[in-house]
Amino acid sequence: MNKVRNNSAWWLVLPMLALVTFSAIVPLMTVVNYSVQDVLDPHTRYFVGVEWFVDTLNNPGLQAALARQFAFSLTILAIEVPLGIGVALLMPKRGWQASLVLILVTLPLLIPWNVVGSIWQIFTRGDIGLMGWSLRQLGYPYNITSSSIDAWATIILMDVWHWTSLIALLCYSGLQAIPEAYYQAARIDRASRWAVFRYIQLPKLTNVLVIGVLLRFMHSFMIYAEPFVLTGGGPGSSTTFLSQSLAIMATAQFDVGPSAAFSLIYFLIILLVCWVFYTAIMNLQKDRRGEGPDA
Amino acid sequence: MLKRAVLLGAYVLFVLLPIYWLVNMSLQTNREILGALTLWPENLTFANYIKIFTSSSWYMGYVNSIIYVLMNMAISMSVALPAAYAFSRYQFIGDKHLFFWLLTNMMAPPAVFLLPYFQLYYTIGLFDTHIAVALAHCLFNIPLAVWILEGFMSSVPKEIDETAFIDGYSFPRFFLRVFMPLIRSGIGVTLFFLFMFSWVELLLARTLTSTQAQPIASVMTRTSTASGIDWGTLAAAGVLTIVPGIVVVFFVRRHIAKGFALGRT
Repeated sequence: MNKVRNNSAWWLVLPMLALVTFSAIVPLMTVVNYSVQDVLDPHTRYFVGVEWFVDTLNNPGLQAALARQFAFSLTILAIEVPLGIGVALLMPKRGWQASLVLILVTLPLLIPWNVVGSIWQIFTRGDIGLMGWSLRQLGYPYNITSSSIDAWATIILMDVWHWTSLIALLCYSGLQAIPEAYYQAARIDRASRWAVFRYIQLPKLTNVLVIGVLLRFMHSFMIYAEPFVLTGGGPGSSTTFLSQSLAIMATAQFDVGPSAAFSLIYFLIILLVCWVFYTAIMNLQKDRRGEGPDA
Repeated sequence: MLKRAVLLGAYVLFVLLPIYWLVNMSLQTNREILGALTLWPENLTFANYIKIFTSSSWYMGYVNSIIYVLMNMAISMSVALPAAYAFSRYQFIGDKHLFFWLLTNMMAPPAVFLLPYFQLYYTIGLFDTHIAVALAHCLFNIPLAVWILEGFMSSVPKEIDETAFIDGYSFPRFFLRVFMPLIRSGIGVTLFFLFMFSWVELLLARTLTSTQAQPIASVMTRTSTASGIDWGTLAAAGVLTIVPGIVVVFFVRRHIAKGFALGRT
């Protein structure tokens, strides 16, 4: 759509801008301010420059949390994206079955995150939980409080349970937008099931998948409440992710300077990954459009 | 066809099983829960629910959560609608930068803003009020609303605006009478997302409140006492947090298939 050039459109943006300034810029500036100072008490503070940033980057505990965070985010993306596409392909297209399946599949998305943690805590306990109890009956000594492998597997399963629906619903709406004529043409050409997926459905899903992957990456990188309730970050610190490390630093230990520096680094990593991913996808699409005859 | 139904059934079962277990627990007494494992409640009891509905410290948690979620939806929507219209219809100095910067706010981890929010709201005297949480959730909800609405508005042809202005509509009247009905499903989906992200958030809501505006999420932590965890009440409280979500999804079920792609298919 060709837009009209009109700078008075700023007036329409202004209320939004005022509110976001209050809820985002002012707090962010506070964080920047703290990150370069050593605050001893409300009246004594020293300028320390980039010292906190250097400290944070060299802190082995935080490096480990960052590595765990990346491992977690990449694992859940690798499972949720293909699974979500699969579920979307299976969902009925119309009728009451479609409505019912939609509502059921959407359910996990609307549960408060700490309740998701509680649900899985109850579900996986060895004594009262269906899954924990069943696994023990089958002879596997399942225990998320002592085995870090069990804890990891459970957290990943929980996240798959919680968020695959988002990818599935995004893909489902992408599939709904494909005209029936495309499928008829494919049938006339005797295209295989795979060919239909690869050349008709997948291209239509690119847009929604970009949205889905970005949202999932961002949210998995900020995950806090679910592992906090389920494992408390344990056993040891094997499931302590970045948000939890930060929350401990900022509220329990009250290390204002270092946690501010940590915050900024954390934020920048998310921005950087999203930007690189987005730019890469957009360039890829541009290249393809340049070559393809159906540009 | 049968294979598809079985596979889909398996996924739906996977989704429902943990929820079923929660419901199962909520209908049992703690003695039954901690005794032998039962696949369904053998001594059906509603005591856990009665406890929640008769104690104001419990049910006020739900009321508080719903109040700040509704406030947030109203605030986010009223500033996001004009902004999204500006982004979808006009070119102005810095529009692309502004839009990108807005989206970066969605990527800010709430944990980053924990401390500054606490200090900011404490200083201006909003600590432990509903409006504080509603404003804090604007951090991620306003960018989200602008993003979704912009997608829906851009799919409405611009000729409609032009025709309406030629017909003598003023801008506010055009916006309310002509334009908003056209993007009805977009508004519905946006409200759904605003509800979803504000309802499920815990970290900011818990940090910005203590007693007067405590969300249900932090009331639930009271179930762990010195004598162990009160599983039955915890499960019942958990089940009740799912109910508003079901109500909301029921209302938007017709738009959800189209709307989940945020108007960008």
